[in-house]
Parts: sequence; C-alpha cells; structure tokens
Amino acid sequence: MSKRGWREIPIAGIPFLKSTEYHTGDWKVFRPVIDGEKCIKCGNCWVFCPDSAIEWDGDSVPEPNYDYCKGCGICAEECPVNAIEMVR
Amino acid sequence: MAKGFVPNIKQLPKFMKEDPGILQGHRACAGCGCAIILRQIMMARRKPIVIANATGCMEVVTTIFPYTAWRTPWIHVAFENAAAVAAGIDAGRNKLQRAGRFSGDKDISVDYDVVALAGDGGTYDIGLQALSGALERWHNFMYVLYDNEAYMNTGIQRSGGTPFGAWTTTTPVGKKIKGKPLTKKPIVDIVVAHRIPYAATVSPAYWVDALKKFRKGFETEGPAFIHAYGVCPRGWRTDTKDTIKLSKLAVETCFFPLYEVINSEWYLTGPSLTIAKNPDRKKPVEEYLKLQGRFRHMMLPENKWMVEKFQELVDENWEIILKRAKNV
Repeated sequence: MSKRGWREIPIAGIPFLKSTEYHTGDWKVFRPVIDGEKCIKCGNCWVFCPDSAIEWDGDSVPEPNYDYCKGCGICAEECPVNAIEMVR
Repeated sequence: MAKGFVPNIKQLPKFMKEDPGILQGHRACAGCGCAIILRQIMMARRKPIVIANATGCMEVVTTIFPYTAWRTPWIHVAFENAAAVAAGIDAGRNKLQRAGRFSGDKDISVDYDVVALAGDGGTYDIGLQALSGALERWHNFMYVLYDNEAYMNTGIQRSGGTPFGAWTTTTPVGKKIKGKPLTKKPIVDIVVAHRIPYAATVSPAYWVDALKKFRKGFETEGPAFIHAYGVCPRGWRTDTKDTIKLSKLAVETCFFPLYEVINSEWYLTGPSLTIAKNPDRKKPVEEYLKLQGRFRHMMLPENKWMVEKFQELVDENWEIILKRAKNV
C-alpha cells in the first residue's frame, strides 16, 4: 500500500446546485401583500424575513418573492404601519 | 458596549443583493428564528468568511443534497467538533498567510474570517470539550451558538439549553414530571471562565445591536463567542408570526438579557440596560410563557407554582448579571 497524502483523499459529498432552484413558495397558505402607499420603507420586513424572500434595494417599496416566501407572517406582524396584509 | 460599526440601512440591501451569503430556498420551517440569525451574520461581514457548521438544524435545512443555500465556503462537521475544525481553518489561514501563498492571485483570498456555527445540542452538550479546547488554544475565530433550546431537527429532545418546565418529547408532561425539572446551563459563564476577549448574547429582534455584536466578534483578535437566541415555532409550539415578538419578550422579561463581556468585564447593552435603569419596565415572565405551547401545562391553576419558580429563576439570574455589570 502506497502512502496517501491529503491530495489523494476522496472528496466528501459536495452539494452542487443552488437552493434557489428549489421553490419553497408552495408551502404557504397565506401570502403577504405590501401596500405601497402606507409603506414607510423602514426595512423591518426585509431584516426579519427568515427566507430572504422580501426583495428590497433600499429606496423603493419592498417586494415579496412568492417563489420562496413560506408565508410565516413575521413581516405583517412586525410592520410598524400595518402596510402588509396576509391574503389567502 | 457595542460601538464602532454602525450598519447603514440604505447600503445593507445593496450589499446583501450583490453578495447574499445565504440564498433563498433553504428549507427551514416557516418563521425560523435561527435563519434570521444566519442572515444577520451575513449582514455584519467585513471580509469573506469560512463557516464550519456542526450538525444541527441550520446544517440540515441549508444543504439538502444536491442543493446548497451557502454562497460562502462552508464545511459540515460532526456534532462535537465545530470548534476544532474552525481552529484548523484558522491555523491553515495563518500558515498560508505566513508562507505568502496565493499572494499574487486576484481570485483567491487567504484573508478571511472564520466562523464556527453550532446549535445548542452541539454546544451545551456534545461540542463543549472541542469549544473549550479551541478557546484555550486562543484561536482567532467566532463561535456562534444559535440556541433553540432543544434538539429540534431530530424531534424535540431535551438538551442542556432547555429551560425549566419546558415540554419536550424526552421530558413529557405527566404525573411524575411536568416538563424539564432542571434549569438551563449557564453557557456564557462557562465560556467567560476561559477569559476570552469577547463574548455576547444576541436577540435577532434587536438587529442593530446584533449586527454590532457580530461585527465586534469578527474584529476580535482571538476567540469570540456569541450566544444567539433562535425561536423555533415548530418545537416551541408557537405561532410562526410570533417569532420576533418572542425574541423581544425574552429580553423584556429578562429571561434572556442582552450583554457583552469584554476581557471578563460585563456590560449590559440595548434594552437590557434600559431595564436595569428603569426596573419597572421589566415584564412578568408569564407574558413570555403564555404564548408558547411547550409551557401550556404551566398555565393550569394546579401548576401555578411552576410559573412562580420560573420567575424566581429568572430574577436570580438577572440579579447575578446586574451585580456583575460595570455600566449599571
């Protein structure tokens, strides 16, 4: 048996696809709808979304991405001006 | 006292859009508090980071083969050795930097921060000796404990982090015992006993405070330890929308006070400092308990003593921290 260095050790499992190819959006029952007129652009929904499903560039009204939103309702609960409604 | 880094909300969304660190489409349960912590670590980055992630919820949900949600170098390690592998990554970085490898290469950076990420099972119970060893060897890394207070991904078994009275599948509510009869392990005390330069507690609800602490952890020369509070709607039997509300209530009832320990000196931060100065702002712990299904048995009239005992334990812990704190 020849000596094996770390370069010859077989590589362990490597996940090779981006998780964005898997759409978690079909888990949800309620979806958030943001009222652009009420929104004060504080960014609370963007900060507290566990699924990074609220897309925001810092200036405009944030937009939920329904492909990945799991419908937990944190954004609607934490919105200081109640601009987000959960719709079935 | 978290000073220095002040996150700019106008620049953070652009930063996270260009380099998200963690992608959408990971399979954490709806309303997962630990996934919010992951995003906040990513928001506080100053350099590229390398993550050693122990087995646990965040490892399972982010890398279901063949998908991965990570956009940073990431290694899955066993339950017990997240800190040991992070120590190895740190040693490797030092060697590469000293040897000047890849110094002319634009695509490869050997200047990065090391993060060890583990849940409460991987820290309180199984990974404690590896953590202690890495702290003693003074490796330059940040250890993030996301504490959801039980072994959630295997089906809600009790851990050292489970609080008094909580229902889990291994501490059921019956005639002999009513939930966990013992208390939560004081992990920050254990870690601070190593006299490390930085340790802190973090609640994702107070996110500016959290980002400052994560950034301080990255900037610390030597080991840093962050105890983050991750609400688990599935295991705690709470409503998914209450995640942030519970993270706030845990701090407001002083069940999970926010503080940081710099070179063995204790400082309260943020809302906990406000409560220390105005004690009437402290909420009764019942408000926190009644939202959670795992404490449902405590709300029955015959188990009123459990709520009182819980309150006693919280007060005791809070008094200890008040005595230690330098800035009260």
